[in-house]
Parts: sequence; C-alpha cells; structure tokens
Amino acid sequence: MRGLLGSTSRFSLGDLLLPVYAALAFAFLLIPIAYTFAFSFNDAGRTNLTWQGFTLDNWANPCGAPAVCASVVNSLQIGVIATVVATTLGTLIAIALVRYRFRFRSSANLLLFLPMATPEVVLGAALLAQFLNLRVNPGFITVVLAHTMFCISFVVVTVKARVASLDPKLEEAAADLYASELQAFWRVTFPLLVPGIAAAALLAFSLSFDDFIITNFNSGNTDTFPKFVFVAATRGIPAQANVVGSAMFIIALLIVLTGQLVAARRRRTLEGAA
Amino acid sequence: MTFAAVAHTAEPGAEKTLERRRGRIGYLLLLPGLLYLLLFFVLPVVSLLVTSLYVPVPGGDVGQYQPALRVANYTEAVREFYPQFLRSFGYALVATVLALLIGYPLAYVIAVRCRTRKLLAGLLLVMVIAPFFTSFILRTIAWKQILADESLVVRLLKTLQLLPDDARLTATAVAVVAGITYNFLPFMTLPIYASLERLDTRLLEAGGDLYAGPVATFRRVTLPLSLPGVVAGTLLTFIPAAGDYVNAALLGSPSTAMIGNVIDAQFFRVVDYPTAASLSFLLMVAILVLVGFYVRRSGTEELL
Repeated sequence: MRGLLGSTSRFSLGDLLLPVYAALAFAFLLIPIAYTFAFSFNDAGRTNLTWQGFTLDNWANPCGAPAVCASVVNSLQIGVIATVVATTLGTLIAIALVRYRFRFRSSANLLLFLPMATPEVVLGAALLAQFLNLRVNPGFITVVLAHTMFCISFVVVTVKARVASLDPKLEEAAADLYASELQAFWRVTFPLLVPGIAAAALLAFSLSFDDFIITNFNSGNTDTFPKFVFVAATRGIPAQANVVGSAMFIIALLIVLTGQLVAARRRRTLEGAA
Repeated sequence: MTFAAVAHTAEPGAEKTLERRRGRIGYLLLLPGLLYLLLFFVLPVVSLLVTSLYVPVPGGDVGQYQPALRVANYTEAVREFYPQFLRSFGYALVATVLALLIGYPLAYVIAVRCRTRKLLAGLLLVMVIAPFFTSFILRTIAWKQILADESLVVRLLKTLQLLPDDARLTATAVAVVAGITYNFLPFMTLPIYASLERLDTRLLEAGGDLYAGPVATFRRVTLPLSLPGVVAGTLLTFIPAAGDYVNAALLGSPSTAMIGNVIDAQFFRVVDYPTAASLSFLLMVAILVLVGFYVRRSGTEELL
C-alpha cells in the first residue's frame, strides 16, 4: 500500500520533497488568513495596519464601526436575493440541458459559457454602460441584477453535474408505478437533486458576498462589505471588518467541515455494511 | 467558481448515455434563465460596444456623450494604454505559471498521495478552499501587511540575505504578481485535483513495472491524464487575473497599473466612457481569442 511518503520499495528524495513543498504551499495559502484573524484582535484605533495590542473589544462590539455593519447587511440582502433567483433559473436550465432535446443547444451552451470566460471588469463595465444608456441610477437593485447574472452560469454547471449523475431508471420506475411526470419529478428527481442545488446555492451566495469588481461598477452609493473594505483601505480599515471576515471564515469552515465529517461517517457506515 | 470547476470536470460522458426527452417543457425550463442572460449579459455587451464608439457632445459638460461610430476611439485607446494591456497579460501569465507550479504538486499530494486517507484528503482540500471563506479584499490587505517594510517576512528575508537591505516589496510588481498568484491559486488547484482524483494509480505502478522512472511516469502517464484539469485551472486563473485590478490597486503603484485599473479610472475619475468601453471590449475580445486558441491547441474542446 502506498502511504503518504510513497512506496517503501522505491523510496526517493522526491517522496519526501513533495510533502514539504505542499506544506509550504499550505503556509502560503493560510498565512494571510491568520493575519486577518490576528488583526481582528488588534487594539487598532483608526488604522489597523500595525499591531498595537490585544483586545476583545472588536469582537464584543462588531457594530462599533457602524459603516461595517451597514455594508454587511447590504451584502447579506443582495447575496440572498441573487442566490434565490440565480439558483432557481440555473437549476431549470440544468435540468433542461441534461434531460430535454431542443434546437440551438450549442448557442445555449455558449451563452452560459461566455459570462464565465469574461473578466469581471468587462462584465461590470458592460452593465454600467447599459445602465448609463438606459439612464438607470446604479444602486442596490442594479447590484442584485448584476450578481444574479454572473451566478447563473455557475449554478448551471454545478447542478448539471448532479442531474447527469442521476439514474434515469429511477424516474422510469416511478412511471411504472403510475406516477405522473410531475409526481415523478417532485417525489423522486427533486429530492435527489437537493444536494447539488444546495451546493450551487452556497457557491452563488459566496460569489455574491465576496464580489468586489462588478459591484464597484454598478453600486452607485450603495456599499457592500467588500466595497466598504476596499474604499476604507486608503484611509484605514476598522478592526471590525476583520471581525466580520474572521466570523464569515469560521461559519463557512464549520459548514464545510460538517459536510466532510458527515461524508466520512457515511463512508465508514457503508464500508461496515459491505 | 471553484466548486463549479470541480463539478465541471466530473462525470464526463454520463450525459451521453441518457436519452433526452422531446417536448415543449425543455424550452419552458430554459427560457427564463436564458432570457435573463440575454437581458443582463448580451445586451450590456452590445451596449458596451455601442458606447465605445460614442463622441463627446460638442460644447457639452464632462461625461456627456452622444451616439456616433467613431472607430478612432479604439486606436487612440490602444495607443495610450497598450503598456497597461501588455502588463496585464504579462502579470497574468507569470501568476498563472507560478500558480501551476505551486498548485499542481498540492493537488497531487491531496489526490494521489492521500488517496487512501479520505478524511485527511478532505481536510487538506478544505484548506485549499479556505481562503474563499474570508473576504478577497481583506486577504489582499493582509498581503500588504505581510510585505510591508518592517514586517516579519521582509525582515527575515533581509536577515537571510535573500533581499538587499534597502529593497522594498510594497508597491512593486513582485507584490502585485504574488498577490494575484495567491488569490487565484485555489482556482488552479481544484480542477487539477479533480482530474488527478480520477487517475487510476495502478497506471503509475504499471509505469514503474515497465521500468519507467518517476520522471518518465509523470511525463508520459500522470501529466497527460491530468491535462484537462491543467487547462481548466490555467483558464480559471488567467482570465480573472488578466482583468483583476484589486491586487494592482492595493499592492502596487501607478507604475504597476493594469488594464482593469485604467478602465475603472476612465469610468469613474476621468469620466471618459468611450475610452473605458473600448478598452473593456478589447479586453474581452483579446481574452476570448486567447482562450479559443489555447483550448484548441491543447485539444480539450470538450471542456467547453
């Protein structure tokens, strides 16, 4: 059996170098997160760039910098609306692409691929050009419209993989048991799609919540959390922003780790049964 | 984007075995979403193209433009801003290569070396996507702190004589490229992981049995089989990197400005919409041409 260091019979320097190299890469990935986390405890005052001393005040009072809280509320609202709309539209498309025949399939695929292959700055600029030409003032609503747009394609690819992995025989079995097409969908197909849809929704929400570039072009005076941090960067970011970033990190980590542990337990149960 | 990248390469061909149903329902399911993309992606791009040909209103205020077909907007924009264009593609290319050099071994360790230890592999994978759990902008600012003149990292590098005493890392091209590499590293690692995860390790043993050394096995077996992941990863890194301006704005200086910085400044500070629009449109076309060429060259069209 090949272990972490490779096979014992053909041991080479490379077998040891690789894990060390990977450890360095992980350090590269994680050090900035550690910094963000550490500076959420900084007794910073106005600028949070150098270490001033340890305090729990920022965590005890995350709304101590009111602009931080207001921008987080905006980001959450935008994220939820964009996620719901994009997940709905994207899931319908994914089902259609895998299960139905239609003409213009390649054009539909191209239309879904292009927003992902276009840099954000172009998407943002294009939407702003459109809103300017239509004399629409950018604000909360235009941000929601923009976020929904760039989330749809990502929802489609995520849900599509799940639809494609479903066994169509399950629906045939439902039909054999006299379920109508609609009943078969709601009772059989949809429950099996839920994990894929949930993953797509989480992805859409995180894309929306963390988006800066497209938001910056289409938000007018509305501040989202990333936009607030970017603008504040020139005159000093309140430590409360780091509290929000760290709290988001912990919440997301808990969600993903729970998923991993559930998957590990299920594997063990399956192996035990086999 | 990351999860999508994984999902994107998952289950190849599963779709083909299935018989697709006919009927109007398919169109009904597609219609709302595609209509949305038509309204908020296709029309805006058309709008961008139209705006790029506008001319200022004669005698009008700053920021007032009227419809025209002035193609010279493009030549003027290119003449003025080609250095930023070239710099964007240069930085994006270097960052993509660096991300590949860091991300491939990382993906290999998780997907192949940790194959029999599912929980460890899962935890390592979580560590790869961990940066996404906290804000992109905050992480970039953390880099600013890490590379600041009196930071631990810089002092360590100077003590080890890896960096001259009077050198600085803030506001340099090195800092910008490092930031871009860092920010898009997970986009590189995850698709490579997804393709290596499906790699049958018995093939590697077979390579060894046939007296191929580790290098030959890697070059002739592992690398070709993981190529779809490498292509997906390089695209997912290069495209956002070329359009990025957050790293250049926070970690760089005016002399490291990328095309994104120019577009942002032309829109909001100079209020020169036609120039901003023509630069955006050029960036889009340039990237699509490069992507099309690259995908065709690497023979992985089915990825699209």
